[in-house]
Amino acid sequence: MVSKVTNIVIAGLGGQGVLKASDIVADAAFSAGLAVKKAEVHGMSQRGGSVSSDVRFGGQVFSPMVPEGEADFLVVLEPDQVPVNAAVLKKDGVLIEPSMIDKSQLSSEKCLNVALLGALSTHLSLSDETWIAAIKRNLPEKLHEINLQAFVAGKGA
Amino acid sequence: MECVTSLLSGDEAVAAAALDAGVSLGTGYPGTPSTEILETFERLGGRAQWAPNEKVALEVGIGVSFAGARSLVTMKHVGLNVAADPLFTVAYSGANGALVIVSADDPGMASSQNEQDSRRYAASAGVPMLEPSDSQEAYDFMLRAIEISERWHVPVLFRMTTRVCHSKTLVRQGVTPVPPPREANFVRDIPTRVMIPAYARPAHRNMRNKLAQMAEWNEQEGPNQTIAGSPSLGIITSGISYQFAREAAPEASVLKLGMTYPPPVETMRQFAKSVERCIVIEDGDPFLVEQARTAGIAVEGKAEMYRFGELNVGRVRRILAGDCTPEAKPVPGKPPALCVGCPHRAVFTTLKNLDLIVAGDIGCYSLGVMPPFQAMDSLVCMGASIGVGLGMRHTLPPEQARRVVSVIGDSTFVHSGLTGLVEMMYNTPESGHVLIILDNGTTAMTGMQEHPGTGRRLDHSHTGKLVFEDVARAMAIRNVHVIDPTKDPKGFEDLLKKSLEIPEISVIIARRTCMLAARQIREYERCDGQQSN
Repeated sequence: MVSKVTNIVIAGLGGQGVLKASDIVADAAFSAGLAVKKAEVHGMSQRGGSVSSDVRFGGQVFSPMVPEGEADFLVVLEPDQVPVNAAVLKKDGVLIEPSMIDKSQLSSEKCLNVALLGALSTHLSLSDETWIAAIKRNLPEKLHEINLQAFVAGKGA
Repeated sequence: MECVTSLLSGDEAVAAAALDAGVSLGTGYPGTPSTEILETFERLGGRAQWAPNEKVALEVGIGVSFAGARSLVTMKHVGLNVAADPLFTVAYSGANGALVIVSADDPGMASSQNEQDSRRYAASAGVPMLEPSDSQEAYDFMLRAIEISERWHVPVLFRMTTRVCHSKTLVRQGVTPVPPPREANFVRDIPTRVMIPAYARPAHRNMRNKLAQMAEWNEQEGPNQTIAGSPSLGIITSGISYQFAREAAPEASVLKLGMTYPPPVETMRQFAKSVERCIVIEDGDPFLVEQARTAGIAVEGKAEMYRFGELNVGRVRRILAGDCTPEAKPVPGKPPALCVGCPHRAVFTTLKNLDLIVAGDIGCYSLGVMPPFQAMDSLVCMGASIGVGLGMRHTLPPEQARRVVSVIGDSTFVHSGLTGLVEMMYNTPESGHVLIILDNGTTAMTGMQEHPGTGRRLDHSHTGKLVFEDVARAMAIRNVHVIDPTKDPKGFEDLLKKSLEIPEISVIIARRTCMLAARQIREYERCDGQQSN
């Protein structure tokens, strides 16, 4: 059993939707039938401090946290949090950051997390239907449209 | 029961198991990372309530158990200190219906004031302890804990850690059902439940006998697991450390302990004998190392430097390699801060401006110690602000004593500030004292839980309300003030200065709703209004 594990770390500041984004990724992977683990620490971090959350899926996953230097993808919602989390990314890992998103295409800055997931999705083998269903399951209905728009915008990044 | 697989946090998995096992009542006090257990239990349809503190929660749980029903009591590790008094004696009297106590440890102190290891309590009180390593085990072990509790009539401690509580992993429910709960019914059993010395002496012997039986059972049938691997490296582990060890050393032989007290010593001995190098990988204290060595089993433990902070795959690799070189310091992230618009800001601005000596407490307002305020001079445990402030008042030279104030949040005041206030009224310092209750109308730090001062239960339904100003006045305290420092900062500063000048005791209630909770609270109050109309 050596099928490859995909390691994703999502980071930003409290209140930006880091945990929501990691919930959506984990849900998408889970609904695609993959073994998945997700780690987060909340509590103090809710008060505007640094927040990060790890999602690992595929193959046999033990630790819920991504070991240092082993993240395939680092998704960062706040530019100044890149250096804080850079050590987790593996050498040829992919950094996905806000500068990749055309903000004029977002209805609200609060959708940045989902837009970055759009950018992430282009690197993963999960289907668009899977992503869209996961986004809908994790957000209230009134936010579906603007977030699906953000997802599409992110895919174009 | 239908089998379903879902992606759950460890906290959610415990709640699901409690529901599936027919737990009659879940009670506890909010504390990261344990809080979501009772919230989820309530959401799933279980009966859950917040107690004023963990001691009361455990006492309620004991009552449920004595009545023959199943109870779940939840808290964070430091809460177990508060509940320790009933714990040590219910270990003697034992349980009737299942009594499972979850203690969520926080190695690395993501949101706690210390790194204590709850396993010490299991050994010290003489109660069995289970340690899940992921959400599936959180579910399965909770069912086992209920069986163990009812089979031996003992309370069971259930140790989780931050990463088990808050990580989400797959959980298959409904595979191994437990026998249904009995009907609650009072059966008199005075020698078992009335711990006067005459009855407690045999009860202590009985408890030790049961522990010996459970140790034997743990050897044969306990929730422990051996993973065959290389004979050159053997790892004994438990809890989340198991996951790190498997990933760090996939080739190693592993003995994973699910029930760490009383430990399966012979199983550990055989395992250690079967490998060339046997090392214990555990978060927190060297608990299993000491259990093994006491039994004469030669095991290696982690180097002392790894006792601090939580383990992870990288650190376990270093431990296995015997690497004691200094670890790379992580790039510091942005520390948390009081929210913009937080009502505590006005209070801490004044405390800083007046250069007061501030005995602080546990909650969001602990962040008053951070820049730009740095207006907190002590933080010990829930409720300690009052006692610590009084002690300083009693002994500091007068010009310093008059600058001492105690600052406590609303939920913390209910938790363990009430007795501190009695002390303040009873052993009043010569210079008097000032207590500021920061009443933001919610248990904000742990995620907006209700408490007796909000007048709403865990499910936000209306109930009796503890009114702090009435409590203070009922304690014969004459200077009781209610003010909103955000709205009237000058008035607050004047009031505080005046209170510090007089050699009397004053209670100032700084009342303004947490801005994160305000909208939701208005909604609860609107619903209350409709119900009472």
